Amino acid sequence: MAQDALAAPLAARPVGWLDRFARFFDRYLLLVYTGFAVLYLMLPVFVIALFSVNDPIGRSNVAWRAFTLKYWLDPFGVPGLFDAVATSLKIAFASTFVATALGTLIALALVRYQFRGAGATNLLIFIPMATPEIVMGASLLTMFVAIGRPPFFPLNELTILIAHIMFNISYVVVTVRARLVGFDRHLEEAAMDLGANEWTTFWRVTFPLILPGIIAAALLAFSLSIDDFVITNFTAGRTVTFPMYIWGAARIGIPVQVNVIGTIIFLVAVGFVALSVVLGRRRA
Amino acid sequence: MGAFLTRRRGLVPYLLLAPGLLWLAVFYVYPAFQMFISSFWSGTLETGFRFSLDNWRTYPAAIERYAEQFGRSILYATAATILTFLIAYPLAYTIAFRGGRAKNLLLFLVVAPFFTSFLLRTFAWKIILGDDGIVLGPLKDLGLVEPGFRLLATPIAVVSGITYNFLPFMTLPIYVSLEKIDRRLVEAAQDLYAGPWRPGGTIVGAAVGAGLFGLLGAIFAFELPLMVGLGALGGAVVGTGFLSESFARVTFPLSLPGVFAGTLLVMIPAIGDYVNATLLGNPNTSMIGNVIQQRFLVNNDYPTASALSFILMAAILVVVTIYARLLGTENASVARGL
Repeated sequence: MAQDALAAPLAARPVGWLDRFARFFDRYLLLVYTGFAVLYLMLPVFVIALFSVNDPIGRSNVAWRAFTLKYWLDPFGVPGLFDAVATSLKIAFASTFVATALGTLIALALVRYQFRGAGATNLLIFIPMATPEIVMGASLLTMFVAIGRPPFFPLNELTILIAHIMFNISYVVVTVRARLVGFDRHLEEAAMDLGANEWTTFWRVTFPLILPGIIAAALLAFSLSIDDFVITNFTAGRTVTFPMYIWGAARIGIPVQVNVIGTIIFLVAVGFVALSVVLGRRRA
Repeated sequence: MGAFLTRRRGLVPYLLLAPGLLWLAVFYVYPAFQMFISSFWSGTLETGFRFSLDNWRTYPAAIERYAEQFGRSILYATAATILTFLIAYPLAYTIAFRGGRAKNLLLFLVVAPFFTSFLLRTFAWKIILGDDGIVLGPLKDLGLVEPGFRLLATPIAVVSGITYNFLPFMTLPIYVSLEKIDRRLVEAAQDLYAGPWRPGGTIVGAAVGAGLFGLLGAIFAFELPLMVGLGALGGAVVGTGFLSESFARVTFPLSLPGVFAGTLLVMIPAIGDYVNATLLGNPNTSMIGNVIQQRFLVNNDYPTASALSFILMAAILVVVTIYARLLGTENASVARGL
């Protein structure tokens, strides 16, 4: 903006050193700063990856010692880690499936229809996203304890799943709604004019068009679920998910294999995003 | 079914809403109510809990006992919010106005850290900030810092962790609000002789810098005059280079909804956080989240823990409701859904 600001009145004014500084600031310093900011953001990711090829003595993997690939060749070589990752994946798939279905229906209702209570619905969708996770986890815990009997107590995989579906619904609604807002209703009207009934119109016209939004929401829900620690901490009982495993190991030292799994999850997620970008380009 | 729905069109939205809203009612709204009930419990997990209104004393007792941790949570969250704002604004600005073809890539890099585990990222800061890590190691070798100096187990480490972890929550809403600005407004301001802002930009920059750094110095109880001086100097330089009249009077005011949304989205998780304080701090840096987690999951002290988290929830709910009334929920929601 400093550059744009200078452009017009420049002709009338002599260029002083302050102007030069402002232009330098705008042209170079902002970009240099952004480079450093991105490095700062990625630094921990780099550290995680670096320490996945470290060969520490003992369990404490916090100082660089020597390069090795042995943990990459045996990523589940510590007891319990495979089960923890499997549990996380299971809960992530299940909660993504349910939350995406429920959230998409809400998003459709909010964008496509005008009805009494839309404002209250919007607020009910927003508030879980603006509640600290610890409060949601704690309140679910008190409810499960108050019920005090199976299938809710003792806490188990089902209670984690219930919690993950709960916090994911809002994110799905918000993501799908964002894609639905620009939706051209004339396409549906055209289908109806050509004799399709509402059911056919939905599955043949509406659904394929909003599918990218639904997929984006599902990916977000999956990544939130698989990485959730706080709410899981309160609703897991003795069940160990991948984040719970890290939490338990943090005191005595996180095994190198955990860094390997963390790096793999990062690479897979980045791969998915790259894939969606490529597919999006091809579509366009 | 089709015929039924055609006759009762008005019912359709409610049928679509029902399953999801029911889930939220049963597993979000009701548990919050239950937590309030549980704060009036007495007894233990083994013998069972009993509800009595006489147990209202749990509240004053809990507040008195944990006032320190409540205060620390507010201080750390405030410090982290200031720091995320200072880091995020120029970043979001550059991506929105100077991103060019790299815009999407830069946005992706802002959220990319979320693709690794939150706990692992926080643990990585333990390595980075370690006593002989990549920050302190070279400084100690050069003799710039005493050999016994530590960052870990200090408030600085905890606030650094919170700042890092929640930075994208500040960056994204600011970016969204900047991106939405109609560029013609900025051009119009310049056509109307909005030019470099001198000495206003320098003065405002120095004042804002001195204020924000002074606040950080006060929060960390760290060399207040030095922090104010550094803030004023840095702010003056940035203000001179960055603050033009069109920025001060058009761009920044229009980006305020994003700043408010970002403040909300950083402040809320920061106040309830206990992961950063556990992994990067020590008992002297424990926050209210640490207490709630400890009381619930280690001591099974459900009444006190429920009372504490109910207080936390009520306070945040008040702030969020005021925010939603004044500014709507769109800015904050959009940024969370990206």
